[in-house]
Amino acid sequence: MTRVSARFAWCKRRFGAGFWFALPALSLIALFFFVPVLTALALSFTDFDIYVLGDFSTLRFVGFGNYIRIMHDPLFWLALRNTFYFVLIGGSLSVVFSLAVALLVNHGLVRARGLFRTLLFLPVVTTLVAVAVVWRYLYHQRYGAFNWLLEQFGMDPIDWLGDIHWAMPAIILMAVWKNFGFNMIIFIAGLQSIPERLYEAARLDGAGSWAQFRYITLPLLFPTFLFVGVITMIGYFQLFAEPYLMTQGGPSNHTLSLGLLMFNEGFRWWNMGYASALAFVLFIIILMVTLIQAGVGKIVRTRP
Amino acid sequence: MNLKKLFAGIAVHAALVVVAFFATGPLLWMLSASLMPDMEATRMPPRLWPETINPAHYLRLFSQLNLLRYMGNSFILAIAVTVLSLLFNSLAGYAFAKLHFAGRTAIFRGLMAAMVIPGQVAMLPLFLMLREMGLVNTYLGVIVPGMASIFGIFLIRQYARSIPDALLDAARIDGACEWRIYWSLVLPLCRPILVTMAVFSFMGSWNDFMWPLIILTDDSLYTLPVALASLMGEHAQDVELMMAGAVITLLPVMLVFLSLQRFYIQGLILGSLKG
Repeated sequence: MTRVSARFAWCKRRFGAGFWFALPALSLIALFFFVPVLTALALSFTDFDIYVLGDFSTLRFVGFGNYIRIMHDPLFWLALRNTFYFVLIGGSLSVVFSLAVALLVNHGLVRARGLFRTLLFLPVVTTLVAVAVVWRYLYHQRYGAFNWLLEQFGMDPIDWLGDIHWAMPAIILMAVWKNFGFNMIIFIAGLQSIPERLYEAARLDGAGSWAQFRYITLPLLFPTFLFVGVITMIGYFQLFAEPYLMTQGGPSNHTLSLGLLMFNEGFRWWNMGYASALAFVLFIIILMVTLIQAGVGKIVRTRP
Repeated sequence: MNLKKLFAGIAVHAALVVVAFFATGPLLWMLSASLMPDMEATRMPPRLWPETINPAHYLRLFSQLNLLRYMGNSFILAIAVTVLSLLFNSLAGYAFAKLHFAGRTAIFRGLMAAMVIPGQVAMLPLFLMLREMGLVNTYLGVIVPGMASIFGIFLIRQYARSIPDALLDAARIDGACEWRIYWSLVLPLCRPILVTMAVFSFMGSWNDFMWPLIILTDDSLYTLPVALASLMGEHAQDVELMMAGAVITLLPVMLVFLSLQRFYIQGLILGSLKG
């Protein structure tokens, strides 16, 4: 009797309410996330293309064929270069600008802080498609606001989205505008978690505002800084909708990102095998850069 | 000293006003251009405000270009995703926080590790799977990947951990079944985080572009962002009309954000501090 009830209790603990409560969400995530991810890995070793879409029997295993093809695809290297350009320049600008704005908003003398915070955060909640539509007109060569501004300073108009040197900076500027509010909020939370008594002690020791920033704010904000850096970078590596909507990857592929290349290969030309391999290359790059950043964080934090 | 403080205050506020103008300028121009008559928005020098308020573009979007239909689609999908994901994520999040089941810790660690996998990796096979299931070009196909999320489960778990075990045990001793404890005790206690997640998932679903673009081929099922992108293809020259379309696409999320921003920002901070 006791053995039976002990066994019942064991069963209940392992497959009781908790099991049934977690089951629906876990099944959905397994079916619609983990299964596709593993399938993508499998697909990346096949020649899945538009013909296979019609007749599954023509599917062939090609080993690392897709990955080797990627290494010899000039379009991939161009997209990789563009993506790194966007992540390094755009990502750094996003982080630095949001930190600067967070410091401003958090400044002790600021009135109506909530109002400023709300206004600055507005671009984050906007729909990217709508924003891209608006910015395409702001960047218009003849009647866009940016060229009008340049004209006021006596400068020549720029074909923002049509010039190979300016298209990516234009997309970066829009991305910074759209995203800085997000990081700003996280930085503000980080700044507010630094105890005020540290600053008071520093002031008693005669530290000026730069010294306070350098020796209190920066070191204590470092974990926040690292977190913001990692999530910004992960998000920016997946660049897709901005070039898709603004430039279609042009001019002459100078805003083609890895995400857009993958989309074109997969959903435009139906080269699902090749596109899956691209997706995994992108994933591995993101993973490596994340690990490097985490490693750097560990080294800096344990430094005496 | 006070004079120095005064100047510092003025400088900080001036800088903030400039940044606030940078942030809101494009949105204000969008609103103003959407109310201008044809060709006024492209005139040089640019006008900041319409000479006369002209609602014609809004009327045209709703009467000729079917925008009401797309708006309806967006609302249905966003509400469906929000309700379903709240239900599934809260059940699972509560289970991970307070209940015991086989493999709980290992599964949770696995989920956390999987957060680094970008969603784009899953998209291609997911499309093929939904095609086999006959879900391409259906509402269900759009909401299926959003019905449960690792991040949602994580947020609820963090919150539900603060519920005292004694409270749950007391309810059990009183004879309440597990479902009843979840429904009438846990859910009300988790209300702040549930509102936060509702705002997140409504806005995420409303703003989503890539997945509906992939899964919806039939014009009549388009969501507002997909419809706006396709409208851009045909009406790129009608600046004022496109701006009106952009305003209509943005307005619902803006209103949701402005009315519930406290919850949105709290959730954002919660997700980042624990993450």
